[in-house]
Amino acid sequence: MLAKLTHPRIGGLLILSLIIALLPLALPNNYYYDVAIKIGINAIVVVGLNLLIGYAGQISLGHGGFFGLGAYTSGILTAVYGWPPLLALLTGVAVVGVLSFIVARPILRLTGHYLAMATLGLGIIISIVISNEDWLTGGPDGMYVEPFTLLGWELYGEKPWYWVIGALLVISVWMAMNIVDSPAGRALRAVHGSEVAAQVVGVDTTGYKVLLFVVSAVFASVMGSLFAHYSGFITPAQAGFFHSIELVTMVVLGGMASTYGALVGAVLLTVLPQLLSGFEDFEMVIFGLILMLTLIFMPKGLVPTLTHKLKDWRGGRS
Amino acid sequence: MLKSLFTRGAMLAVCAVSLLSPALADDAIKIGSFLSATGPASFLGDPELKTLQLYIDKLNAEGGLLGKKVELIHYDDAGDAEKARTFVKRLLDNDKVSLIIGGTTTGTTMAAIPLVERAKIPFISLAGGIDIIDPVKKWVFKTPQTDRMAAAKIMEDMKKRGYTKIALLSETSGFGRSGREQTLKVAPEYGIDIVLDETYGPKDTDMTAQLTKIKNTEGVQAVFVFGFGQGPAIVTKNYAQLGITLPLYQSHGVASNSYIDLAGDAAQGVLISASALLITDDLPADDVQKTVLVNYKKDYETAFKAPVSTFGAYAYDGLMLAVNAIKKAGSTDPSKVRDAIEQTEGYVGATGVVNMSPKDHMGLDLTAFRILEIKDGGWVLIQ
Repeated sequence: MLAKLTHPRIGGLLILSLIIALLPLALPNNYYYDVAIKIGINAIVVVGLNLLIGYAGQISLGHGGFFGLGAYTSGILTAVYGWPPLLALLTGVAVVGVLSFIVARPILRLTGHYLAMATLGLGIIISIVISNEDWLTGGPDGMYVEPFTLLGWELYGEKPWYWVIGALLVISVWMAMNIVDSPAGRALRAVHGSEVAAQVVGVDTTGYKVLLFVVSAVFASVMGSLFAHYSGFITPAQAGFFHSIELVTMVVLGGMASTYGALVGAVLLTVLPQLLSGFEDFEMVIFGLILMLTLIFMPKGLVPTLTHKLKDWRGGRS
Repeated sequence: MLKSLFTRGAMLAVCAVSLLSPALADDAIKIGSFLSATGPASFLGDPELKTLQLYIDKLNAEGGLLGKKVELIHYDDAGDAEKARTFVKRLLDNDKVSLIIGGTTTGTTMAAIPLVERAKIPFISLAGGIDIIDPVKKWVFKTPQTDRMAAAKIMEDMKKRGYTKIALLSETSGFGRSGREQTLKVAPEYGIDIVLDETYGPKDTDMTAQLTKIKNTEGVQAVFVFGFGQGPAIVTKNYAQLGITLPLYQSHGVASNSYIDLAGDAAQGVLISASALLITDDLPADDVQKTVLVNYKKDYETAFKAPVSTFGAYAYDGLMLAVNAIKKAGSTDPSKVRDAIEQTEGYVGATGVVNMSPKDHMGLDLTAFRILEIKDGGWVLIQ
């Protein structure tokens, strides 16, 4: 029984759901809800991105671009053309899905980090287009987005959004774990170990990498759309290079190839700037120091290193 | 030994508590602020923050406001609209401020507007974009001149000098884009025809291509450049290198001494629209703004040992408008303070004379801009 509960797939999901359900008791006002929602949004994007970085061993420097593309597709289609938000969100998914497939298919045939280069360029192009086409996107000063509505029901305010994002987070963690444990996930871990060996036993390495890339881009697009409706205001910075880097940092800090690691990374990098805002001028220095020390002393990321330590400690005791 | 350890621990704990909760004094008047004190817009946000801190300290030294201390709660948004949005939520929901002064850029201000409108808290923005107050939003005010006014002031001067055909060269940044749009709108009102409409990127290092095109266009009588930072200085240098002799106009985006330093001798004769603060010392003694500007300049320069900038002046006006309104309302009740700000009349500020109304939440007119000419590395007022 205990063994079953400590299995990450069931025990972890249970703990995560419990935390999400009980957290509102500790949230005194809407500002805290807002931070929690932002953690949730970042966490879902990062859980998707972790599939690509942690399991397919590829780095994307363009997920901010996919996030922004989703956000702006939703924003423009609902505000300018009056589309229903859900349809706009799905259109964003289709656009991002096709775009990421077109980019990844030829590139992932090559070995090495060519995907990072291509996504870097793609992300920058997306944010430049958003900045420059101001007749449609409002340009560098951003645009307003209407609230999310579904069948006449309007999703508005921090508390309802908290539950929606919370539920989505549990679902996406569950999906990510299923993907990891599926034939595709096992194949990819084989690729990560030795690509040649995997190819020899007949794994379509390119196909699986492309699949994970598209899945992770779609995660980002969906969250971009929802973020646009939640926040009500979007700027090209959402699609920018720094946002992409922030997302990759969350994965690396929390721990690659660990879904809960990605979660922890998202929590830390969203909460830290808020906690450190009292230090004024030293905010960035302390922030950088924390990141540096973590990566020097825990190069595998927080969660994998700590669980490893915990196992050692347990092993030593019994 | 044990005792000293204990006291040290206690001191540390006190430090930690005071760091985590800067808002211990509950009966103080809380003024919230979010500025881009770091990041790409820090040359705007930094003097704004310093000005706010300086004058709030001064206010407290003189006994505070309505008999209470004034407390500034400030967050640095680094120019990121999304960060600004979260910080505004924090100011409204967590810190429960009575009023917000902030929003260094138009983007961060726009992100804050829906929140303050919903929370019904007065908000004085320090950003330029005309969209902030047009259409009028009930709780939102602003202190800087708009880009439309800058364009109008320049067009006014051109008309006076008899230029009717001009070339426009604008930057593809937020500032330049919005400026271009407003210039195109305003020009016909002054009977001015924009015969050539060129742009350059904010990071471009050479604009001779655009300027050559301008030089070779028949009938152009003057050139207007709308941008800020390095770009306009490079344009000015290229302008001199190409030997163009047409009058060159620049926007308030270059209204700082660093522009003259960057452009060097090429800046000779350039005309710009700017706040009177740049020529504080040379203003005639009977100018309405003279006393305000001299005092602000003296206060700022003695406190920070750095030259004043027109951006800090926006924050000065924002704070003074707020202080006057709170005094007039006799309380910090948001709707009373809001009404008092809206009724501001004849306030002589560092940017201009402010007359607010329910239809105008900025209250400045074209006199808030002066046309200055650069002569021998300094500014000269053109009457």
